[in-house]
Amino acid sequence: MKIAITSKGNTVDSPVDPRFGRAAGFMVCDIDTGECAYKDNAQNLSASQGAGIQSAKNVADSGVSAIVTGHCGPKAFSALKAAGIKIYTGAEGTVAENIEKFKAGSVKEIDNADVEGHWS
Amino acid sequence: MKEEIRQTTTIAVASGKGGTGKTTVAVNLALTFSRAGKKTLLLDCDVEAPNAHIFLGTEGMESSRVTVRVPVVDESKCDGCGACGKACRFSAIVSLGGKALTFPSLCHACGGCVIACPNKAISEGEREIGAAFRGMFHGVDFAYGKLRIGEAMSPPLIRVVKKFKSDAELAIVDSPPGTSCPVVQSVRGSDYVALVTEPTPFGLHDLKLAVEMIREIGIPFGCIVNRAEAGDRLAHDFCLENDIPVIGAIPDDRRAAEAYSRGIPLIDALPDFKLLFEELGGKLIETAEACARKEVRR
Repeated sequence: MKIAITSKGNTVDSPVDPRFGRAAGFMVCDIDTGECAYKDNAQNLSASQGAGIQSAKNVADSGVSAIVTGHCGPKAFSALKAAGIKIYTGAEGTVAENIEKFKAGSVKEIDNADVEGHWS
Repeated sequence: MKEEIRQTTTIAVASGKGGTGKTTVAVNLALTFSRAGKKTLLLDCDVEAPNAHIFLGTEGMESSRVTVRVPVVDESKCDGCGACGKACRFSAIVSLGGKALTFPSLCHACGGCVIACPNKAISEGEREIGAAFRGMFHGVDFAYGKLRIGEAMSPPLIRVVKKFKSDAELAIVDSPPGTSCPVVQSVRGSDYVALVTEPTPFGLHDLKLAVEMIREIGIPFGCIVNRAEAGDRLAHDFCLENDIPVIGAIPDDRRAAEAYSRGIPLIDALPDFKLLFEELGGKLIETAEACARKEVRR
């Protein structure tokens, strides 16, 4: 099973990026094999609008079944739901720590956006 | 649209900073022109916060719903190919989980996704973004738009307000403040732009941005310095240095603030302001008509 964790850098020791739509990038990790790859999100970081939607598209294209992040806005939430991706928020610390938390089942799944959109 | 506007001389009243006196200038100019016997149209294009009607009135205005086209996906025909999402620059439609998902509030109504869809799964529906109003007040043919609260897409509504047909000789466009799309939509097609500013550091900062924007669009323009204090040269010096004509100055006067706060046009409340606007309007109309005849090209 592959998950994506919003990340400020390109290693598992990087701090988690609290934002989803405008995350610097994603660490896409296979939690069964432990393999991790970095996926850049710079284009959406600087998008004027629709960042959450395109970020959702970005992670959906990497074939993940869940994302772990700080917060998730309404448009990103709808887009991730449509792609059948589970959303876990409240992440803090490093990417590696959150992979462990995810495996231990101690991350919080949300069934609604937990923050307002930045744009209408 | 260009042809329709050409028969009328159009003056847009704009500013970088908000609260410099655009509406005050636009309303008083419109009334001044109308009283001088010119058929005058006033278009309040500040659809996010229209307020010219506070001075003119709203009684008996005709209203119309304003909608934009948005994509509607027939899921039975959609195979999730993603062509629609690739065509959309605004992420208003995206293919996820094998079907197209729409975000109507981001849609700019270009219709690109309808064309891009190979399965003809997308048709166009309507989304209400606001309303437009039209009426006649004190001899001024007046229209304004009001954007629905929470709505971000103002240019289509501004377009509707600007398209109201009229046989006016003169149209005054009251633009929103700033330098973004709604402002560009408001001033575009005008013969002349009057930038209203105030002689404060904030006013000057935003005036510079507005000047850059108008130069980019390429419409001749000049400045009106509002709340001008005797001796305060901030705005005047900038205009002088940058070869920008100062059309006139409106003094900082407590009586003007009091009339404004009661919703009374300055030219009705204060005889000296009536004279001031007659002079200002005369200069403005002369310049604008010259620009309309393409005698002046900047």
